[in-house]
Amino acid sequence: MATTTDTVLEVCDLRTHFHTDDGLVKAVDGVSFSVRRGETLGLVGESGSGKSVACLSALRLVPTPPAAHPSGVIRFAGKDLLTLPERDLERLRGNRLAMIFQDPLTALNPYLSVGRQLTEVLEVHEGATPAAARRAAIEMLTRVGIPAAGQRIDQYPHQFSGGMRQRVMIAMALLCGPEVLFADEPTTALDVTIQAQILDLIGELQASLGTAVVLVTHDLGVVAGTADRVAVMYAGRIVEEGTTAEVFANPLHPYTQGLLASMPRIDTPSRQRLAAIPGLPPDLGQLPSGCPFHPRCQQAGDRCRQAYPEVVIASPTHRAACWETEAVS
Amino acid sequence: MTGYLVRRVLELVPTALVIIAASFALVRLAPGSPFSSEKEISPEIRRQLEAKYGFDRPLPEQFVRYVRNLLQGDLGLSTKYPQRSVNEIIATGFPVTLSLAAVALVWSLLVGMTAGIIGAVRQNTVWDHSAMMAALVGISVPSFVLGPLLVLLFSLRLQMLPPAGWGDWRHLILPGLTLGTIYAASIARLTRGGMLEVIRSDYIRTARAKGLAERLVITRHMLRGGLLPVVSYLGPAIASMLTGSVVVEKIFNLPGIGPYFVDAAFNRDYFLVMGIVLLYAFFLLLMNLVVDLLYGLLDPRIDHA
Ligand SMILES: Nc1ncnc2c1ncn2[C@@H]1O[C@H](COP(=O)(O)OP(=O)(O)O)[C@@H](O)[C@H]1O
Ligand SMILES: [Mg+2]
Repeated sequence: MATTTDTVLEVCDLRTHFHTDDGLVKAVDGVSFSVRRGETLGLVGESGSGKSVACLSALRLVPTPPAAHPSGVIRFAGKDLLTLPERDLERLRGNRLAMIFQDPLTALNPYLSVGRQLTEVLEVHEGATPAAARRAAIEMLTRVGIPAAGQRIDQYPHQFSGGMRQRVMIAMALLCGPEVLFADEPTTALDVTIQAQILDLIGELQASLGTAVVLVTHDLGVVAGTADRVAVMYAGRIVEEGTTAEVFANPLHPYTQGLLASMPRIDTPSRQRLAAIPGLPPDLGQLPSGCPFHPRCQQAGDRCRQAYPEVVIASPTHRAACWETEAVS
Repeated sequence: MTGYLVRRVLELVPTALVIIAASFALVRLAPGSPFSSEKEISPEIRRQLEAKYGFDRPLPEQFVRYVRNLLQGDLGLSTKYPQRSVNEIIATGFPVTLSLAAVALVWSLLVGMTAGIIGAVRQNTVWDHSAMMAALVGISVPSFVLGPLLVLLFSLRLQMLPPAGWGDWRHLILPGLTLGTIYAASIARLTRGGMLEVIRSDYIRTARAKGLAERLVITRHMLRGGLLPVVSYLGPAIASMLTGSVVVEKIFNLPGIGPYFVDAAFNRDYFLVMGIVLLYAFFLLLMNLVVDLLYGLLDPRIDHA
């Protein structure tokens, strides 16, 4: 087992609240997790559970307003990212902490050539000369599988296909060899056939650079093949966390159980209707009392309606927040 | 690109023909004639005058002759100033009008873009509100009020600039500010709107995620997309600055083309009216073409192949 000195990023009790016209939205409300060097943490949950906001908060990229400044502590390289001066944070972003986004078409600047969007990263963080930056950018584009990178570097994002654009995004994020990469649903906008290629590519580069990856997805299938550990988010909190093997073999939280049951599998006929979790994801502006999952939970009892659950510890690496589950391991 | 340019210029030919025919018809169908105000002239002299300008010929024939002369660059003779050709009048007056419009353009872009960018980047702050309040005032104050106010302040009070008349570039400053302010206000609003749209876009978040300093995020990533609405506005704006200079040239007593245009219309100075109308139309078409080309340069998704 890896020692704690391997931990590159530690998020403690992160809270990001939005002040909207409909009231206070607690998009992230007491989230804690950490990632080790070279590790992949899958951050899973239905849409609207706060996964993106959690990642953006770590880089302080959530617009304030409408959000209040995130609270908590995010330890990286001996510093707290949430209190770091803006100038110092800029030195880390895109350099030691990188992020890629769901839609590579809107995430790339349509008015600048792909090359310009890559070289500026090296110029800003490494003081590279334009010529050196260009050489490094071509090299990186080749590495992420862009054919004829020497020519394509002068083209614009709209001249690339969806998969190629995401490769460009990945190249851009990994140029400086970051210690942590937040990948926010990097394959959701892509064709199924291309999804696996992109995940493989991230895995390869991660292995060679030793980058820790926080892989955000709503698809447990993505997590199964790639993540070392899984954190399941519901309504702005992490409700279960464990190694991928533990979570898949022995899901503790009824929500995780529901997600697993609704996962398409190879061993069941595809016609068979998937057992979706009943009900709708909650409105974060009007959460029910107690456990926010209780209105959708078949096992919910009185305690669940009254107070947020205590943590159940199944193993040193596996825990969940649920009143009803038994900590059998 | 060259092919595109040739095609665009060729497309202008039918437009130009329609403009020539329509303005010819409008000018000729207007009641009155060039010599109707000069009551004293005898029918004999009147006939001679009409023969001199070809007004005794049937209208279609006159039109053909006009177009033929036009193709040779000859805009005809003024009836009000018989010793001067329309070409001469335009050649002396138009450079003044053009310089005035240039000063107005530079001023409106400088002020409008700055105010719009500040308004967007500091959205909903005191900066934003003051900039947009100033824009509202700028749009609402007519030039015959703003012009005299500027003269009062800069010429009579501070004695920094000449109040009126023509000499050197200093005579263009106050008229330029007067003419440009209303456009500055529109440009400020367009810039702010365009920038706000861009500020919320994903690629700006990406630029920040890359660790770029805010200054670079604004100058390199926001301005291009944010200023596109201003670019499309510039074509009609420049054309309208040229025509709109009439009032300002009157206020500041500048020897531009504007006052000639008004007088020519009152006097039914057929060829002079036509000449100036065609000049304005030419500039409008030219500016729209330039703006389209500029737009293509700024937005790589537009392919002028
Ligand atoms: N800019 C914003 N303004 C107001 N609310 C927001 C904003 N961004 C996100 N939220 C809210 O935060 C919650 C979590 O969003 P998000 O992190 O994007 O979910 P996920 O990535 O898990 O799908 C949502 O309920 C959303 O309404
Ligand atoms: Mg998301």
